[in-house]
Amino acid sequence: MGRIGVFICWCGENIARAFDMDELTEAVAEIPGVRCAIHYKYMCSEPGQALIREKIRSEKLEAVVVASCSPHMHLKTFRAAAAAAGLNPYLVEMANIREQCSWVHEPYEDETVAKAVSIIRMTVHKVLRNRALEPIRVPLTKRALVVGGGVAGIQASLDLADSGYEVVLVEREPSIGGKMAGLSETFPTLDCSQCILTPRMVEVGQHPNIRLYTYSEVESVEGFVGNFNITIRQKARYVDIEKCTGCLECWNRCPSREAPSEFDYGLTKRKAIYVPFPQAVPARPIIDLNSCAKFLRNECGTCLKVCQANAINFDDQDMLVTEQVGAIVVATGYRMYDIGREQENAKYAGYGEYGYGQYRDVIDSLQFERLLSASGPTGGEVKRPSDGAVPKKVVFIACVGSRDNAKGIPYCSKICCMYTAKHTMLYKHKVHDGQAHVFYMDIRAGGKGYEEFVRRAIEKDGARYHRGRVSKITEENGKLIVRGADTLAGAPVTIEADLVVLAAAMRPATGVLELAQKIKLGYDEFGFLSESHPKLRPVETNTAGVYICGACHAPKDIPEAVAQASAAAGKVQVLFSKGELTREPEVASVNEQTCAACFACVRTCPYLAIDKAEIRDRQGNLRKMTARVNPSLCMGCGTCVAVCPSKSVDLEGFSEEQIYEMVNGLI
Amino acid sequence: MLEFGYYPGCALHGSSSDYEQSVQACLKPLGVGLKELDDWICCGATAAHTLNHMLAVSLPARNLALAERDGVTELFAPCPMCSMELIKVNRALDGNAGLRQRVSEIVELPVTGKTQILNLIQVFQRIGVDKIRATVKKPLSHVKAACYYGCLLTRPADTLQFDDPEHPRSMETVLEALGASAVEWNYATECCGAGLTMAREETVCELSHRILTNAAAHGANCLVVACPMCHTNLDMKQADIDRRYGVHHDMMVYYLSDLIGMALGLDETQLGVDKHFVVKPLESPATQAAEMH
Repeated sequence: MGRIGVFICWCGENIARAFDMDELTEAVAEIPGVRCAIHYKYMCSEPGQALIREKIRSEKLEAVVVASCSPHMHLKTFRAAAAAAGLNPYLVEMANIREQCSWVHEPYEDETVAKAVSIIRMTVHKVLRNRALEPIRVPLTKRALVVGGGVAGIQASLDLADSGYEVVLVEREPSIGGKMAGLSETFPTLDCSQCILTPRMVEVGQHPNIRLYTYSEVESVEGFVGNFNITIRQKARYVDIEKCTGCLECWNRCPSREAPSEFDYGLTKRKAIYVPFPQAVPARPIIDLNSCAKFLRNECGTCLKVCQANAINFDDQDMLVTEQVGAIVVATGYRMYDIGREQENAKYAGYGEYGYGQYRDVIDSLQFERLLSASGPTGGEVKRPSDGAVPKKVVFIACVGSRDNAKGIPYCSKICCMYTAKHTMLYKHKVHDGQAHVFYMDIRAGGKGYEEFVRRAIEKDGARYHRGRVSKITEENGKLIVRGADTLAGAPVTIEADLVVLAAAMRPATGVLELAQKIKLGYDEFGFLSESHPKLRPVETNTAGVYICGACHAPKDIPEAVAQASAAAGKVQVLFSKGELTREPEVASVNEQTCAACFACVRTCPYLAIDKAEIRDRQGNLRKMTARVNPSLCMGCGTCVAVCPSKSVDLEGFSEEQIYEMVNGLI
Repeated sequence: MLEFGYYPGCALHGSSSDYEQSVQACLKPLGVGLKELDDWICCGATAAHTLNHMLAVSLPARNLALAERDGVTELFAPCPMCSMELIKVNRALDGNAGLRQRVSEIVELPVTGKTQILNLIQVFQRIGVDKIRATVKKPLSHVKAACYYGCLLTRPADTLQFDDPEHPRSMETVLEALGASAVEWNYATECCGAGLTMAREETVCELSHRILTNAAAHGANCLVVACPMCHTNLDMKQADIDRRYGVHHDMMVYYLSDLIGMALGLDETQLGVDKHFVVKPLESPATQAAEMH
């Protein structure tokens, strides 16, 4: 190859301010192999691309180097332009003289110019060894897995199912619905949470395109975009939900009433065989081993006797089922910061000084939601847990954990300002002579109608807001003594409260890290899953075919979680809109003749893209073992190339020969 | 034999000489020697750091320099104000060569800030709770103590890095080794009024009154402290508090060292307990038994 075109971009002034573009172009034209060198103000613009196309044709160029910005920015643009002119797009390379030169060095200095020429020369040397490549084609299974059946998972599942794709929805709990199913009314419109959610839950349960696995977890994930093999563990429920008619006779007759209700966050007790809440989907019971007399002492068995449908099975076992999907949506949601002294992770210090877990009338926000809820343990009347009295003075404390580095969480949980304002309002609507006090750091009410909502809580419903922190809560003579500071008044505040509600920080759901490792997703130091790009790829992840939505990504409220879920579903639809998938062919390949079968690459590959393979002769005798790259999985990182002791692995588009030539170009 | 350097600070040589007597008496049977720093000076207390930063660094630094000069690696400062000031300066000097040089010039002795500072509780932890338990002669089963930490034993938390600042437990652990029980109560880390003793007596009385009231309400028959200032406010001011609020607290306030000494078999006069303002015998198991018959 000796017919290379070099196209040097001004990038407006970004590059042109550092060089005399004519002189730079002349210097580049002298590089051996360069057929023509041209500069232009905006090479990425349509006239710029037209220039490239025209030169490819007129000069019969065999390869192209565009000297401009980072390939992250415009490599696709220029490869498409070249392809339009009939040149294989993988014969186009970019020399980054903007980020790596003009932006960071003194303009017009000799060394700056020399560096730009060197970068371009290096790239010319590389492109001389480029090979024409074809994209890899991968088949595509047009079914999606959604992990998590909270509001985000429900939204994503319904969007996908309604657009005609089959959805496998896996929920860890016995019912879908997530946290939202337990909420009272939602800000800023005060519409009833269950009223808007439960029809959607029913829709999920009845949708012909949704296969629902409740009380199930993702056991393993294999494969790659378009071709995931999912193993799901259906945990033993001891009730056959196919046979069960949902008559609930077992539930009515079960004599045990010991276990704290998960749905009411421990505010009530539930039976050993139970339906988590009346609107559960599926509306089928489950037996809790740890509170059932049959399992604890081999007594009772009442449910078995009363069940007309023969649905009770004490010998039920966990079952593993497999599903093939092409895309995965993760919507695992959140959990609350552990407020008390006991912490599973030393990083989180807890708030022992608030007496949560010690004083029964110090509760968290989700528990207060249950106290407000018509379906809650008090039927929607606000009664405090200790003695059932109606609290006349309630203190709400915001930022319990959030924005408190001393307690291990620097981030803002975002929704607490809003739901705390809502709590004061709903409390006032139910207890007219009651007084709500709020301790807050700042009020963060960005959102449609949000600030107005908080003002309404303060101005119309009379919540008293104290800007400051609470140092300690103690109990004296049946009152909770809340001592804090009002930093605006510059004075300490002591409030004798009947009930204290702590707005604990949002943390990612338990087990999300194990799931992230199974799917190979990135996460931050707090365990929130990482998006691919914070602005432009907010629901994509760095693993192709895997999308995230809802509070597993960061604290967010219902509207945001729902919007993100629809976005994730939309991205899956984009993926599924194609007949098959194409992938960039710049992947690793093994020279199987020289491979020594040490499998260092197999162990090193972060994408599990390399397998052990056998080479057999025509008679079927094993000749040797070799490593073999699955091009559908390989992300082209090159780690295998670095570790191979026999130099048997190479990366298309970034071969060792090319790198050697690039170095040669420099010296 | 264990030996610690000893920095009594002003209080133990003045208004709180009972504390010094208690500390000295109880450490002897535990086989611990104290070597008082020769020519020690004031730590600066509350006054220095409100007036002049370099003074607030130099006063404790002079004492740290004396300890280094004498080869003391562990320095016992029974007053939490002193130990906090010493630790604060230790941390300031560590990793700041410029400050070390400047301060060394001011105090006319080289100082590196490497001496380990121990408060009263840490001295007992250093001796070993198991060893104390093994040495107990008279278990204090009649003692139901409210352990009172006040402000400076655990705070500022970043500087001291001792115990949980909101829910300390170290005194309780020592007490349980003595056979005493500790009550759960609400005011273990509240302020007693501290240095406002003279300037704003009503504040001290109010704060200390709350502490005494809460301890009694939670079933304590005595308070245990490890700070001369706390002791002064809670013990000496009790008569004032009683008058002001029309109550009769009559609450014994012990230093932690008092109770250890008593468990080791020392009598109260040896420990200086008779010098406290409130002195009353706690019901001992013997008297309880006598009453029952």
